[in-house]
Amino acid sequence: MSLPSSLGQLVEEAQRLSGPLQNTIRDSIVNSIYTTAESIAAGAVTTGDPERTDWDRKIDNILTSPVWGFPIMLGLLVLVFWVTITGANIPSAMLAEGLFWIEARLTDFFMAVNAPAWLHGFLVLGVYRSLAWVVSVMLPPMAIFFPMFTLLEDSGYLPRVAFNLDRFFKKAGAHGKQALTMSMGFGCNAAGIIACRVIDSPRERLIATLTNVFVPCNGRFPTLIALAMIFVGGSVALSLAGAVATLAVAGLVVLGIAITLFVSWLLSKTLLKGTPSSFTLELPPYRRPQIAQVILRSMLDRTIFVLTRAMIIAAPAGGIIWILANTHIGDTSILAALAGWLDPFAQHMGLDGFILTAFILGLPANEIVLPILIMSYVSGGAMMELDSLAALRQLLVDQHGWTWLTALCTMIFILCHWPCGTTLFTIQKEQHRWRWTLLAVAIPTAMGIILCITVNYLAQGLGLI
Amino acid sequence: MYGSTTLNSAPVGSFVLVKEVNAEGLTRRRLLDLGLVPGTRVEVIRRSPVGDPIAFNIRGAVIALRQEESSKVTVIDS
Repeated sequence: MSLPSSLGQLVEEAQRLSGPLQNTIRDSIVNSIYTTAESIAAGAVTTGDPERTDWDRKIDNILTSPVWGFPIMLGLLVLVFWVTITGANIPSAMLAEGLFWIEARLTDFFMAVNAPAWLHGFLVLGVYRSLAWVVSVMLPPMAIFFPMFTLLEDSGYLPRVAFNLDRFFKKAGAHGKQALTMSMGFGCNAAGIIACRVIDSPRERLIATLTNVFVPCNGRFPTLIALAMIFVGGSVALSLAGAVATLAVAGLVVLGIAITLFVSWLLSKTLLKGTPSSFTLELPPYRRPQIAQVILRSMLDRTIFVLTRAMIIAAPAGGIIWILANTHIGDTSILAALAGWLDPFAQHMGLDGFILTAFILGLPANEIVLPILIMSYVSGGAMMELDSLAALRQLLVDQHGWTWLTALCTMIFILCHWPCGTTLFTIQKEQHRWRWTLLAVAIPTAMGIILCITVNYLAQGLGLI
Repeated sequence: MYGSTTLNSAPVGSFVLVKEVNAEGLTRRRLLDLGLVPGTRVEVIRRSPVGDPIAFNIRGAVIALRQEESSKVTVIDS
């Protein structure tokens, strides 16, 4: 037997196999892998008691039932918000009190050493005050929200949400796992966009990335909650205020989900045409969450991480905004001049120039939008010590003529506007294309402007205000 | 009931045997990787509240598949 002829045989054999028989070969490879794996597993693995599986099935019977599946999802959403809103109130007030007490001592110190007014203004009224605001407003809701969310994640409930909702995402040309990336977005949109890696198809991952911002993140929740408490909760008895505000926020979140589905559908019909890719979703067995680990992980990985990020951004931003509010050209500060210039357009959207300015200056982090607004509203040019919602209500309603429509339009714009700097940076890093980052700005901004103008003129036209 | 049907039209609660996977390319790979090789016994567990996807018990793991994928797997009664 000569070498050339045996090689020739091999080549012939290879050609035969890589031709039409390719699939058969692959199948038999997979088949033999599974046969081997099965025989190994049969010898080594003992299956636990079947009652466990029964339990999983029984839980699934309820959580994914045609009758109870959706009400339970909505109920859990409302419950998480309600606990966050009512639970965060008291620690928030206590933190604010403590941090502003420290501020007073800092002021005393600056007085004692005869520091120039501008230095005190920049460092204490600008940098420190925005830090204090961010910590006292954000830390308590995050410390409640993130552990609860991690608990849901740990128990295995989230894949069931994806299972329940997949049909809607499929109709919108998107991936069912987008429900998971959206849930992450409640914590932080940048985290949600990183989570989009779980979607294999590039087209559907891009859809999930571009629409993630329609889920309000933790930086926006406190503002939404505060406005809901003032304008929605404020109109009913005090004992009901928390519950009514919760429903308002939950309603806004449902609106955000509806917008997500609509924009996903629009994208997959226009810019990102294509058929849905293959979808497989594992529904893992339910697990009893490990409470200690959940608390530790959600605190370190999420709460501290997000808070640190917010503080790093808020500190310099607070200083810069103090400068903008206190540098005068003629009679008006730069901040007021910018607000005056934006005012005509903002009025169409049911907002005012200061609100729109606050959103623009809030690009580094959404959590500083409200502090900027307050800083630019109060004549002193520094953020107020807003230790109570009553003080905020007085500032907005009595001094700056806010109506429920102003609040509603502001809340809609909080839900639909450009993503924060960190999120944009993350999108750029994940997608590597400027056009997608720009689109991530353009889509929610356009949605927000259209919605605000529509709501504003509709309410005025119908004589509701 | 004899003869073959597709995985998505097997009734909830029934057990079926995989006969063939009729997909090509990536989808085929996916389905095979899940363990849907000919001869595998699959239990149809439940449908999602709105009918699709459907959850199957494949080799001990609960996997949900959309109609697009499950209709590509022909099965026979077990």
